[in-house]
Amino acid sequence: MTFINYASREINCKIVYYGPGLCGKTTNLQYIFDSTAPQARGKLISLATETDRTLFFDFMPLELGTVRGFKTRFHLYTVPGQVFYDASRKLILKGVDGVVFVADSQEERMDANVESLYNLEENLKSQGYDLMKIPYVLQLNKRDLGNVVPVEDLAAELQRKGEPVVEAVASTGAGVFDTLKAVAQQVLTELRKG
Amino acid sequence: MADTPILLREQQYHQIKAVLARLRMDASAKVVFLVDKDGQEIASLGEVGNLDTTSLASLAAGNVAATGGMAQLIGEKEFPTLSHEGEKDSIHISVIGRLLLVVVFDERSSLGLVKLRSKQVSQQLASMFDEIASSDYDDLDSPFAGITDEDIDSLFS
Repeated sequence: MTFINYASREINCKIVYYGPGLCGKTTNLQYIFDSTAPQARGKLISLATETDRTLFFDFMPLELGTVRGFKTRFHLYTVPGQVFYDASRKLILKGVDGVVFVADSQEERMDANVESLYNLEENLKSQGYDLMKIPYVLQLNKRDLGNVVPVEDLAAELQRKGEPVVEAVASTGAGVFDTLKAVAQQVLTELRKG
Repeated sequence: MADTPILLREQQYHQIKAVLARLRMDASAKVVFLVDKDGQEIASLGEVGNLDTTSLASLAAGNVAATGGMAQLIGEKEFPTLSHEGEKDSIHISVIGRLLLVVVFDERSSLGLVKLRSKQVSQQLASMFDEIASSDYDDLDSPFAGITDEDIDSLFS
């Protein structure tokens, strides 16, 4: 939920990266963190297991700049992808302004993508949101691997409403900022509508 | 959509800060801050210094959300207060509707005092926030009303 503070002239929005386990949600945030000037971002908080799997969420505040005299800050969150952390995923979607679905392009992860997307729709619904109305981007990650499903097949299976589809290799940063820009644009456009 | 944006007027912001300032003094606390349940920091006051209040706000909300989830699993609506005691500094969190009142304190204060003082201002903060949520904002000039695609693009240039 967007928070506009007229006293400190700040706008805060919440973006959640969703997707199946090991699809690269945390890697997206890590790349953004590594390639952003320290003054434009806060700490990257990772609540992870000892084996670096996300346990609760990753969080990073990112200041994009000033629009009409208001500082525009995006709070980026990831959810834990593993199936059994569903209760946590639901909680993190509370107050969301925009969602990025990170799909794993590998053939063997197709079922996991479909299951996670279905789970996203259900969990959004349980928080009172509708995927068809919320700012949303589909990222096709891991395009550098050998066993990937063609983009058009992935889009046919996973695209829900004509949302922007971004090809990415989050580990090298390809497509990471394009994805963020695509979702941020939609969030700000929603704000324009009021 | 599930929630409407929170729009905080300058005067309301200063009123909230005044309540937090009094609480901080009465509870002999180091830092007091008010956070939305979704993790957005609304106002903070005190020895903020190098404290990363944005991260703390997000983690406090995550903490309350997680314990709230546990509460529901055992048949409780929620746990209205949470306390974490450290060697030097401690944290007390009160859930006030959709707000979290977070108080950081050290040996100059005590959990009992913080609990008491937090409870005393809870009602006041709740009604202030109700007013914020139900206010008519037609007179406020939305910073986004006239935003152009170029403005948005410029954020990423």
